[in-house]
Amino acid sequence: MNLNGKKVTLHDMSLRDGMHAKRHQISLDEMVNIATGMDEAGMPLIEVTHGDGLGGASVNYGFPAHSDEEYLNAVVPKMKNAKISALLLPGIGTVDHLKMAKDCGVSTIRVATHCTEADVSEQHIGMAAKMEMDTVGFLMMAHMVSPEKILEQAKLMVSYGANCIYATDSAGYMLPDEVTAKIGLLRAELPSSVEIGFHGHHNMGMAIANSLAAIEAGASRIDGSVAGLGAGAGNTPLEVFCAVLDRMGVETGIDLYKIMDVAEDRVFPIMDQPIRVDRDALTLGYAGVYSSFLLFAQRAEKKYGISARDILVELGRRGTVGGQEDMIEDLALTMAKEKGLI
Amino acid sequence: MSKKLKAAIIGPGNIGTDLLMKMQRSEWIEPVWMVGIDPESEGLKRAEQMGIKTCATGVDGLLPHVIEDAIRVAFDATSAYVHAENSRKLNELGVIMVDLTPAAIGPYCVPPVNLEAHAKNLELNVNMVTCGGQATIPMVAAVSRVQPVEYGEIIATVSSRSVGPGTRQNIDEFTRTTAGAVEKVGGAKRGKAIIIINPAEPPLIMRDTIHCLTEGEPDQATITESVHQMVKEVQKYVPGYRLVNGPVFDGNRVSCFMEVEGLGDFLPKYAGNLDIMTAAGLRTAEMFAEEAANGTITLPERG
Repeated sequence: MNLNGKKVTLHDMSLRDGMHAKRHQISLDEMVNIATGMDEAGMPLIEVTHGDGLGGASVNYGFPAHSDEEYLNAVVPKMKNAKISALLLPGIGTVDHLKMAKDCGVSTIRVATHCTEADVSEQHIGMAAKMEMDTVGFLMMAHMVSPEKILEQAKLMVSYGANCIYATDSAGYMLPDEVTAKIGLLRAELPSSVEIGFHGHHNMGMAIANSLAAIEAGASRIDGSVAGLGAGAGNTPLEVFCAVLDRMGVETGIDLYKIMDVAEDRVFPIMDQPIRVDRDALTLGYAGVYSSFLLFAQRAEKKYGISARDILVELGRRGTVGGQEDMIEDLALTMAKEKGLI
Repeated sequence: MSKKLKAAIIGPGNIGTDLLMKMQRSEWIEPVWMVGIDPESEGLKRAEQMGIKTCATGVDGLLPHVIEDAIRVAFDATSAYVHAENSRKLNELGVIMVDLTPAAIGPYCVPPVNLEAHAKNLELNVNMVTCGGQATIPMVAAVSRVQPVEYGEIIATVSSRSVGPGTRQNIDEFTRTTAGAVEKVGGAKRGKAIIIINPAEPPLIMRDTIHCLTEGEPDQATITESVHQMVKEVQKYVPGYRLVNGPVFDGNRVSCFMEVEGLGDFLPKYAGNLDIMTAAGLRTAEMFAEEAANGTITLPERG
């Protein structure tokens, strides 16, 4: 693979996707410490939000240690060069949250929908574009449908005002050929003014390979997280990816040793559990299940005696999508009843 | 004189047609008019075939017939944008308006919780909140009538096929309106609503999760009994309303997991979210008719 001379924008997820792995309990000091480290290392874009996006604070997804507003107000003023992004899932957050984020100094809004439901994002993408923000349409669980369907949905988001479209491997299910097909079609068919992005999860151990395939197929923004701190087996580990890109001659503008140090000295120490491809995270990727279900399934296993793997496989069989965390306890209860455990 | 109140349906789409089919079985409401704006619309043709008077000139086309046809109740299944005008014109003629749009000019109505109060007050415009609200607020109320609910949260998961373009273009309206009604009608001090759209095939039946955080330790026995009673109340007009799991108690959290299957009149059975709206709307009008027949309310005077 020859990527020599290409330029990509890396986008860190450790303070948003990483919130899943931390049950949304990252402290303000930890957040500022990690974000300033990344800023010094040259990370161009850092996402700061509840794991489930603006307004995600809930019983369903978990109440965070601090509100989105508090996190943003702590981090944004400390940034010298890095820009801060926020995630918004229509149906969970609203345009009111979006305006709040803008007021806090967020410059990039990423509006995320399930990969077949882009038309719920019109008012949010429209509002962000109208406020002249860097506006990203984020198509989640992109493994579930064909490249043509992804393109159709991407075109809707572009028509609402998105200037960048992501194919998002929320389940860490994709293999490189699929990434190539999906990113390649988006790049071939969308206007050249629209950037293409890829967001991977490491559940099948493919996050780096998939991200390289995405760059080769035309993606210019790649998500990852320093030390891989993210849902499931984590996101594309950015310090590793930076080293790979460096060897391949791809420009990122990031200082490799500095980002390695942020991973080792600032992110790794805050992990509650090792972020690795364990049995349950592997099941997420294998069965095509939304990565943030991991800890919920493990908690249900403890409470109801049904293995997390069995719960996750059944969730995959039922075609659950991002945000359906409430299904996990419901399903565990039903499975426990069937087994006569309760 | 028949005890039935005569009704008009505005909006011959999926909701209006489903409502018409349910109304034809009602002991209290008689459908007379179906009002649309497109003479070619399938919904108007269907209504005509079912022996209903139709007009394709909007509410203005209906107004001259309101008195002579003794129309007493109207159901608005159009959009929030036109509802205010529709309601004003029909209220002036003494027609009670059941609002199935998100306009919410009138008070929120969730039948087993507050319909009786609205009927006794002869509210001339009542709003049916949202599908998610109809499916979940009875459960919030079932807890809050036992002990104070500090926070109520509902998650509605609906099949992609059952969510129309109006809801999609303004999904914030769903979350805001539902959250507001979780507070105002459900009795939670703070409310939150989440909607998830799932495209699985075959389409999934509407699912709803209700979480309440009670003030103090939840009274498990009384809450459980209250929840089961409330489920029975909703089942009177939505037989496919089921408590799948719960109430589950965890600290001060009380959670109920519901499934809502529709009757499959015009809308498919999985679209319990739409069915519970039409059923609740009809139930609302029936209550007004019952109260009028009992003499507890007097319908507005008119020439």
